[in-house]
Amino acid sequence: MSTSDPDSATHHGSLGHVVPLRVLALTLAGLLVLTAVTVGVTMVPWLDLGPVGNLWVALLIATIKAALVALYFMHLRYEKPIIPIILVVTLCFVILFIGLSMMDSRAYQPSIREYRAVDPTRYAPDLYNR
Amino acid sequence: MIGNSPSTSASADLRHVAHHFESPAQQFDAAVQGMWLFLATEILLFAGLFCLYAVFRANNPEIFQHAHHYLSKPLGALNTVVLLCSSFTVAAAVRAAQLGRSRQSAILLGLTLACGLGFLAVKYVEYQHKWKEGLLWGFHFRSPEAETPPASAAEVPVTASASTAGADSAALTRPEQSDSAPSATAAEEPSATFRPVTLAPRGLRAPDEPARAGTPQQQVRNVQTFFAVYFLMTGLHALHVLVGLGLIAWITWRTWAGAFTPLYFTPVAMVALYWHLVDLIWIYLFPLLYLIH
Repeated sequence: MSTSDPDSATHHGSLGHVVPLRVLALTLAGLLVLTAVTVGVTMVPWLDLGPVGNLWVALLIATIKAALVALYFMHLRYEKPIIPIILVVTLCFVILFIGLSMMDSRAYQPSIREYRAVDPTRYAPDLYNR
Repeated sequence: MIGNSPSTSASADLRHVAHHFESPAQQFDAAVQGMWLFLATEILLFAGLFCLYAVFRANNPEIFQHAHHYLSKPLGALNTVVLLCSSFTVAAAVRAAQLGRSRQSAILLGLTLACGLGFLAVKYVEYQHKWKEGLLWGFHFRSPEAETPPASAAEVPVTASASTAGADSAALTRPEQSDSAPSATAAEEPSATFRPVTLAPRGLRAPDEPARAGTPQQQVRNVQTFFAVYFLMTGLHALHVLVGLGLIAWITWRTWAGAFTPLYFTPVAMVALYWHLVDLIWIYLFPLLYLIH
């Protein structure tokens, strides 16, 4: 493994890739800028894309930030392919898990509405109605 | 193999290499791979809570739109910045450890520790505020408008349970459905027949919203579910921060004591990976909880 890995042994025979301090600092700068952007878009009225649009913008920015942290801070960019594979497979399962759960809960929403329509005073998760 | 370099630089470091590994590099690669597998399970653990969040929000968008007004956006942003900086310092500490600069590494780890403590301090301020305001989960939730302490279930008048399906009780249990004022006044007067707390979850207004009552947009019920999600997600995250701080304190001490060399700093690198994961989770938590709009 390490024979074909030029990054591993370049700096003073140290283990793993030594990320230049400049790259780390630029990553931090990028993260801070993106944090400002994600907060900023919530304050600018003409950037309001509605509840769903705003959610996707926020998730997109968060994913870019997460990618920066993973690629440079966590050395993902310099690791052998098995590490990104572990991460990507995990994220696929997360998406599958959340996606299927949302589809399922959406599928039975009509039954809940029907149940409530019988008697408007009953509200399924309402703890205070006892 | 990289294993040829230690023989020249520091043969003493080879005592850290377990007998089933050929070289420090091979051992380090195995540790990195194992750590990432652990991080994968951590991601899946948090995925359960993100799933909870997604299902709740998809089915009750109005609760999330409404309740996030109670979270402090500046404090959330401050914590994001603090955590990002701590991620940078710990990454720089790993770099210093790789290069054999133990003293620099220990100082950077100390800075990370300070950032982590700062994060928890801000979190404490936020939690304390919510505790005082009664912005909690389930039965513990109190309306910010309610003056009186929460009534126990025994104190709730029987008539409030809407067993009589008259127009009045329907209006009291579902004030957002009524177009008349009485339900709102009942929710605001401590001396009313019905304790304000019994109506609080349904007759809740955001602090910045005007005190007009009866309009459906300003009456959101079951806001306590948002705070259940909020405390579960940030609580589990804060627990991870706490564990991370303990680990960082440990490796700071070990680094300061000179336990690590360029050929053996596995604990530093692994704790750093863990700390970055804590940062990653917060990167998603911050916009999902604080920046709903």
